Amino acid sequence: MGKWTRRGFIGAGIVTGGALVIGVAIRPGHRAPGLAKYVAGEDESLVNAWVKIDRNNKVTAIVPHSEMGQGAQTALTQMLADELDARWEDVSFLEAPAEDEYANYPLGKGFVLGSTPIPKMLSGTVDGVFLAVTKSLHLQITGGSSSIRATGVYGMRVAGAAAKIMLREAAAEKWGVNPEEVVAQEGMLIHSASSNKATYADFASQAAEKTPPVAPTLKTPDQFTIMGKHKPRFDIPAKVDGTAMFGIDVVVDGMKYASVKAAPVFGATLKSADTAAAEKMPGVIKVVKLADAVAVVADGYWLADKALAMVDVKWNTTKQDGNSSAKIFDQFESDMASSRESGDVHGDMQIGDADKSLEAADRIIERKYKVPYLAHACMEPMNAVAHYKDGACDLWTGTQNPLGFKHEVAKALEIEPANVNVTNYFMGGGFGRRATPDAAIQAAQISKAVGLPVKLIWSREEDVQHDHYRPAVASNFRAALGENGLPVAWENQFVDKHEPAEATHIPYAIANQNIFYTDSPTHVPFGAWRSVDHSQHGFFVESFIDELAVEAGQDPYQYRRKLLGQEPRLLNVLDRVAKESNWETPIGKNRGRGIALQESFGSIVAEVVEVSVDKGSISVDRVVIAVDPGFAVAPDGLKAQMESGVIFGLTAALYGEVSIENGRVQQSNFDSYPMVRMADSPVIETHIINSYEPWGGAGEPGTPGIAPALANAIYAATGTRVRELPVSKYEFNVAFEERNTVPS
Amino acid sequence: MLQLIVNGEAREVDVDPETPLLWVIRENLNLSGTKFGCGAAQCGACTVHINGIPMRSCVTPVIAVNGAEITTIEGIANDDGMHPVQQAWIAEQVPQCGYCQSGQIMSAVALLENSPNPTDDEIDKAMTGNICRCGMYSRIRSAIKRVADSGVQIFDPASQEVQNG
Repeated sequence: MGKWTRRGFIGAGIVTGGALVIGVAIRPGHRAPGLAKYVAGEDESLVNAWVKIDRNNKVTAIVPHSEMGQGAQTALTQMLADELDARWEDVSFLEAPAEDEYANYPLGKGFVLGSTPIPKMLSGTVDGVFLAVTKSLHLQITGGSSSIRATGVYGMRVAGAAAKIMLREAAAEKWGVNPEEVVAQEGMLIHSASSNKATYADFASQAAEKTPPVAPTLKTPDQFTIMGKHKPRFDIPAKVDGTAMFGIDVVVDGMKYASVKAAPVFGATLKSADTAAAEKMPGVIKVVKLADAVAVVADGYWLADKALAMVDVKWNTTKQDGNSSAKIFDQFESDMASSRESGDVHGDMQIGDADKSLEAADRIIERKYKVPYLAHACMEPMNAVAHYKDGACDLWTGTQNPLGFKHEVAKALEIEPANVNVTNYFMGGGFGRRATPDAAIQAAQISKAVGLPVKLIWSREEDVQHDHYRPAVASNFRAALGENGLPVAWENQFVDKHEPAEATHIPYAIANQNIFYTDSPTHVPFGAWRSVDHSQHGFFVESFIDELAVEAGQDPYQYRRKLLGQEPRLLNVLDRVAKESNWETPIGKNRGRGIALQESFGSIVAEVVEVSVDKGSISVDRVVIAVDPGFAVAPDGLKAQMESGVIFGLTAALYGEVSIENGRVQQSNFDSYPMVRMADSPVIETHIINSYEPWGGAGEPGTPGIAPALANAIYAATGTRVRELPVSKYEFNVAFEERNTVPS
Repeated sequence: MLQLIVNGEAREVDVDPETPLLWVIRENLNLSGTKFGCGAAQCGACTVHINGIPMRSCVTPVIAVNGAEITTIEGIANDDGMHPVQQAWIAEQVPQCGYCQSGQIMSAVALLENSPNPTDDEIDKAMTGNICRCGMYSRIRSAIKRVADSGVQIFDPASQEVQNG
């Protein structure tokens, strides 16, 4: 289909009981290539947003994003309620159904309307909205830090504003006054001159007959009453009393439990499985053989897992059986060298003539960096409950991508997508992992094999060893320094480009740039990992620029400043973090500060890390963040995301490594794939700058800056330059074992 | 038949005595607030109180707690409402994904029972067995201090006299 305008479509309808429904269809950008296949057109995906006002003047925001702790559902509801001028106490939200029905107009209508048919006179407008979405949407992804900057800005705000305009018009008509004079406030319509006053609900049905405005005027920030204010998140109370329902908590009638073990070498298939011992165990229902995995179904999960260990499995050999991380990094280097020789590289960014500038240069700085594969390690291991019966499948799980799951499960089972019913739950962490439907497909296949509803839970070991990993990347740089020490040429060759496209680009004004990459595929499955390519390239770029500053004998902060002349917004964020971190004040012996700057997902983040070194042990003491998200809709939520992004990135920078040996992952549980814990966690200070530039995301931008800021701080404190992550590979002690203490 | 006193209520379960308490709580007693995270006492998501002491239920065979008093996240609120630690968790907006928080809260309740005004070191020691993948450590610390500063007396229902039947 063709390109949509950003304006999208607005439609309205009235439903039983006098509820007014406004729908908006919009399109944000898509993200990881693996997910893009669900999108109808190139670079195109759709989500929509609805608001419902019922007879009791209660406002329901229907949001198409799932909750994995990012607080998007509350923030999106704030955006809608503010534009609508609803009374916050009357506002709640509903997560859009996690299936095609939200994209499929008859079912979509059914969801909002119940089983009641829509009045014929209205079906045109309502159908228009649903139909447009239906044709384009097999995608309902929560990712790309997109909730606020796409769904919120183009959906929720527009839906709220459109509803308000239509309500004011309806009231004005009845009262015989000018709509401009009707004030909407706290869920009330007021015309002071004629002493008229009514609730939104009073005019819901009349409003639905109004033509929705094509592009309703949105509020300016000085008019905001709910956006930018702290509103406690809706999802938190259930998360402190144990009642929040995650996918792993789902129980359905007659359900059995399954544990699974997939081929340790990615791409290997099952050769044989001796199931006799396992099947003899009381309570074991069946051992299920899948193409590349074995599962045991039993009366309880622990029993299933115990029995799984009794199955004697043999896997077919593959060409990757002898592969290793060392070989993969050798492959990256040799592929980069040979492609450079042959010219079989992909251009990414070219400005000026970097080759010529480097040839003519007196002083060239050359550095190589690399980062390993990383697992997501969501606290809630992968799981799904599936019930296959008579060519249809019910699926209960927590997913970032409900519609994608529906279609992938349908494909795996060779049934119609319409026959897969997905119910979404809270996610115990997503970070990109829960956009991939592998566990859901297994659950469906296992359920089909036993003819029963099955809850499949991956062990932590399975979770770490069968992720879709943050890709390992090697990146090589050359720069030429001019007389003033500033770079005149910047050359960067790296392996494998994913998303987002701008992750490898630099904000610094360097006259000659040549950024290019080499394809060097491996057998290790990869996927989106919080901040995607920014997580690797942020480390590379912000480490290398720091090295250039050191080579030039200049302060790393001032050096960056000099290169940001054309970027006032970035400069402002950088200056702010320097000020708040007392950058100019000496930090003392055996301590160091490091700085990094990053623009990602529409938000600009600068971080300063302070470390201390004591007898070779590194401790991360403090992280100061300045963030310009354009506008912080939920300031405390933004802070929480910065804190979270920092700890997530710090875990990766300090210890994070998934290594391959004999074709398979070596790590298995939190003892070998450690996390930052309470005792390791630094003080984090976040300073928010509302620049009122276009609004950016929050979930990911805190992550990329921490690794380079840490590496730069370690250099400042010790003189050792970290060019390969994790830091634990170096001689420093970042030991964690002693901290895995269990209270006795 | 094994006897457990769960959140003050006597329960009987008929399971393999080696079954970890976690799965008995989740699958046999249908209390899903206690979470599975690692199965190896590495992450703390499964933390419950056994006779008032925080333990990792994923590595505790149910036979080992036969007759014991067990408190789960579902058992710490009382008639007056949420436990002060839960209230502090809301005030500080601690949870993100929320999956680890039952375990975090159970560890924090135990810490505050033993040490009503814990130092940072004590907080580190008591809480470092609990991983929060969303990294909300600074908020957890603030919430614990909020309870300490409030001077609210923390009590553990499991330590009270239990009425059987």
